[in-house]
Amino acid sequence: MKNKKTLATPYLIWSAAFILIPLCMVFYYGFTDRDGNFTFQNIFAIQNPEHLKALWLSLLLSFISTLFCLLLAYPLAMILASFRVKNNSFIVMIFILPMWMNFLLRTLAWQSLLEKTGVINNLLTFFHLPNLAIINTPYAIILGMVYNFLPFMVLPIYNSLTKIDQNIIHAARDLGANGFRTFQKITLPLSIPGIISGITMVFVPALTTFVISNLLGGSKILLIGNVIEQEFTQTSNWHLGSGLSIVLMIFIIISMVFTAIFDKDGEGTVL
Amino acid sequence: MSHKLIDLVGITKSYNNNIILDDMNLYIRENEFLTLLGPSGCGKTTTLRLIGGFETPDKGTIIFDGSDITALPPNKRQLNTVFQKYALFPHMDISDNIAFGLKIKNKSQAYIQDKIKYALKLVNLDGYERRMPDSLSGGQQQRIAIARAIVNEPKVLLLDEPLGALDLKLRQDMQYELIRLKNELGITFIYVTHDQEEALTMSDTIVVMNQGYIQQIGSPEDIYNEPENAFVADFIGDSNIIDSIMVQDELVQILGAKFACVDKGFGTNKPVDVVIRPEDVKLVKPEFGTIEGEVRHLIFKGVHYEMEVHANGFDWLVHSTKMFPVGEKVGITISPSNIQIMHKPASQDEEAASIEE
Repeated sequence: MKNKKTLATPYLIWSAAFILIPLCMVFYYGFTDRDGNFTFQNIFAIQNPEHLKALWLSLLLSFISTLFCLLLAYPLAMILASFRVKNNSFIVMIFILPMWMNFLLRTLAWQSLLEKTGVINNLLTFFHLPNLAIINTPYAIILGMVYNFLPFMVLPIYNSLTKIDQNIIHAARDLGANGFRTFQKITLPLSIPGIISGITMVFVPALTTFVISNLLGGSKILLIGNVIEQEFTQTSNWHLGSGLSIVLMIFIIISMVFTAIFDKDGEGTVL
Repeated sequence: MSHKLIDLVGITKSYNNNIILDDMNLYIRENEFLTLLGPSGCGKTTTLRLIGGFETPDKGTIIFDGSDITALPPNKRQLNTVFQKYALFPHMDISDNIAFGLKIKNKSQAYIQDKIKYALKLVNLDGYERRMPDSLSGGQQQRIAIARAIVNEPKVLLLDEPLGALDLKLRQDMQYELIRLKNELGITFIYVTHDQEEALTMSDTIVVMNQGYIQQIGSPEDIYNEPENAFVADFIGDSNIIDSIMVQDELVQILGAKFACVDKGFGTNKPVDVVIRPEDVKLVKPEFGTIEGEVRHLIFKGVHYEMEVHANGFDWLVHSTKMFPVGEKVGITISPSNIQIMHKPASQDEEAASIEE
């Protein structure tokens, strides 16, 4: 028993150094001003119209992206789960493959695809079709979010679907339910833990992202992630950046509590 | 006897070029307790799934109450299944599980409540309405699965090794429970099992299957006392199966000794299989026996002693209430009516063909 505890030491050191201490520093900066005095000012700074607007836009775009991810991922996960007999790991891998590429690279790729003189518009011009002008708009950000975070929605739903015993589906059919009623009464309720995990795993990174909005939203559209990033990198106001981070953290904790309530079987592999 | 409720005509089914069922013909009468019995992979579960609608045959038709249901999906068939692992809906409580089929059929709330009460009473689980399936023991879950099926008043109940996961005592209790249910409800049971004792205890008719072929159809008594071939004899109960020669009508030569028997029509000097049940082998003093042997093993089994007697190069399995110690010389006699003569199967095809006669 003692030996097993010793084995955890490297992890504990790691957690302390790279999770606990940085977290404490965020709280320290968040609740102090430049002179080191205790203050709530950085927290209340969220009430600044600029900041509120960024937070609202972040919540809205994350919500829309999560919704799109769910609508795309559920049928996809169902198709994947129906291949469960053979080659399913290969098919799942095909869908997960994009995740192996660098996140930044994938987003940059979309930038050059969507640009005014990008690949898509060149193709459209070639076929004498009207050009697409969604780069530097919220639509491009949503596209980027959906593209990047879709696998995080597919996997938990796929997991919860494959866990459903086929005999339970057969039993529902046997008791007179048609395909739709079986889905509505059995498959969907039994996959809710996967859906909740997927929602959290897409919503949280979408809410905090600043890379996607930077690259696909241009400099005009500010999400809360961009505001925080700018406080650290441009304005060098770590106190304000930390304060806003804490506000954002509250929203993340809310969604994690939401997950913990529904996801009792631990389908969510990240949280 | 009542009319044919289900008729399987020329059913063939294969998976990946593996033939599971080959041109099977079988009918099930109304109110019958029919058991499909056989070792794993004999096609019994596939037969049940075909009747339930979870599989479609490659060839052949399934007639239900006079109409062809071969292509009908499970939800349109007037029968219900009790699955091997119960398959209760884990996210619903017991009453919602039982009410599932009735809600689909849009029955009134009052009717559903009545039915739930009735079904729980029937399976001796009154007061379990609000429990969740995973808080119940295996036996209780199985009874709920049965309750969930019978509230729909199916014409036929399909049971796929429903007692397989239960311990011995519970299994025996459930066997009586099932017989009682069948008699009270008056519905047809099609039961799948690999347990020969279960089959003998509960069935009106047993269908012994092996490798996709029906080996024998008959009452439990027929199957036990008059097995048609060595497979059936070996699968049902303990038995001594001995290569023998049918010398002439009513005379068979077993291990070099001539025994009187009651079977006729096998021809003269034909090789046959002889089945003698261990309880039919009588041990006597050596001078009174038809053949002589020596007791090699002795086990006390409670109801009887089980002995192994080595005689004429064969180890005879003997059940007797009279004990003969190991090493004792004994004589063996068998009464003519207890010698069951069977044709030797020349090949598997012939084995199958002999059943269709």
